[in-house]
Amino acid sequence: MKVLVAVKRVIDFNVKVRVKADKTGVETANVKMSMNPFDEIGVEEAIRLKEAGIATEIIAVSLGVAQCQETIRTALAMGADRGILVQSDAELQPLAVAKLLKAIVEKEKPELCILGKQAIDDDCNQTGQMLAALLGWAQGTFASKVKREGDRLLVTREVDGGLETVKLKLPAVVTTDLRLNEPRYASLPNIMKAKKKPIETLTPEQLGVDVAPRLVTLKVEEPPKRQGGRKVASVAELVDKLRNEARVI
Amino acid sequence: MAILIVSEHDNAALKAATLHAVTAAAAMGGDLHLLVAGQNCRAAAEAAAKVPGIAKVVLVEDGAYAHPLAENMAALIVERVKAGGYSHVVATATTVGKNIMPRVAALLDVMQISDISAVVSPDTFVRPIYAGNALATVQSKDSVKVVTVRATGFPAAPAEGGSAAIESAPGAGSPGLSEYVGAELSKSERPELTSARIVISGGRGMQSGDNFRLLESVADKLGAAVGASRAAVDAGFVPNDYQVGQTGKIVAPELYIAVGISGAIQHLAGMKDSKVIVAINKDEEAPIFQVADYGLVGDLFKIVPELDAELAKGK
Repeated sequence: MKVLVAVKRVIDFNVKVRVKADKTGVETANVKMSMNPFDEIGVEEAIRLKEAGIATEIIAVSLGVAQCQETIRTALAMGADRGILVQSDAELQPLAVAKLLKAIVEKEKPELCILGKQAIDDDCNQTGQMLAALLGWAQGTFASKVKREGDRLLVTREVDGGLETVKLKLPAVVTTDLRLNEPRYASLPNIMKAKKKPIETLTPEQLGVDVAPRLVTLKVEEPPKRQGGRKVASVAELVDKLRNEARVI
Repeated sequence: MAILIVSEHDNAALKAATLHAVTAAAAMGGDLHLLVAGQNCRAAAEAAAKVPGIAKVVLVEDGAYAHPLAENMAALIVERVKAGGYSHVVATATTVGKNIMPRVAALLDVMQISDISAVVSPDTFVRPIYAGNALATVQSKDSVKVVTVRATGFPAAPAEGGSAAIESAPGAGSPGLSEYVGAELSKSERPELTSARIVISGGRGMQSGDNFRLLESVADKLGAAVGASRAAVDAGFVPNDYQVGQTGKIVAPELYIAVGISGAIQHLAGMKDSKVIVAINKDEEAPIFQVADYGLVGDLFKIVPELDAELAKGK
């Protein structure tokens, strides 16, 4: 089966983000960008399905500015077969992304779409569920295990109380959680090979999707700072402080 | 204007998480209706009717909702929203809410407002982004606001005192896309992580799952829940449902004790709104100390048993 993976370009998870002085957003100039970690897990899962002889072709899709090409190249270097970039300088919110992905799914006809459960920039946790809804497909969110059983997909999900398993009709959308796999590093030969893999560039207009934002960001601020850093010398002092100063035990 | 709150329950009672969504919904203004969908869940609806401020409980009993499958629940909620003319649909951002609500939003052709921590006005909300390192104030231009609520941002509504009417409504059938197979749920006598007054969490420094017993012993003396950092979960020390952090559980207890946790921003995102934070770590440069009200530098394998003994002495 054909597998589509969505990969988002985000501020690297190691970067300490700074809010812009004019409160319009966070500083992205000269900041290291990487593939959203949950999407890396998605790419890895697709590759493992291909190595197991279940997936036949892996298409990596990214949506956003021209530099998202680099994120697609990373997926290609890991082992995806080809890329699609939906290029737009506009702010793309999850509903618009889901609509664009749906348009690509209708062209490419994959049997499985794998997305990260959330992007570590906007922390929305929406796009996979929205894509499944728009396609009328089943969804297996927060997956820690994916197994094909005939024309069904068994997905073990990380839920608040532990783990839950659902059986999905294919085609389906899966969103990844942390324990699904450990993504591989791309080897140098594969990075070289990835440069020759094709990336098709499309636009929201070509796909006939209105991407106008539905949410307006009025301001972005820093959260109140915590006054921490006090040290205590002993367990006895700690317990005394907790009992008599903080009064929490 | 009316607001539909999507509840979580165990057939007999509402889950505590839903009471936080009730408080958030009340801040948005309007009549509050609470949806209780399930199989043999009338008792939960009766419990829901006692929550003060709820004008009506909408009870849907149908085998299709025996488990909250997103495909089935979203179809039902969309039908209820269309029938009831609701301006808002609200649920708590638990794994159930996070699974169902974006599906509802997409079917209604609206953007979801995820994981809000404050209500500014009926269409404007505050939500943490970048692991809580920034707070965005966003305004929705959609006709229906689909909102998930961060439980730690809103106090729980009282569970008793009201007397809402219970109205039965039909199900929306099953689209037949998915079925529930089973669950492996962690069993614990301790309080639930997200609602506990005290949480003690272990990180990579715990070195093994067995060593979590040290934390459990302290937890039992304090009536605390036990949590963990991602590193400890990834290492297999404890199950996934222990994880506190950006992509795990968000907690804000009165007291949070971080043991052998360095304090990556992704972990801090899940606990930095705790009232009092204690850090125990052998590395005095660990970032966790910057947010800790009380830091204790040293070997946790010496300190935690000592703490356990000190607490055993009583007050």
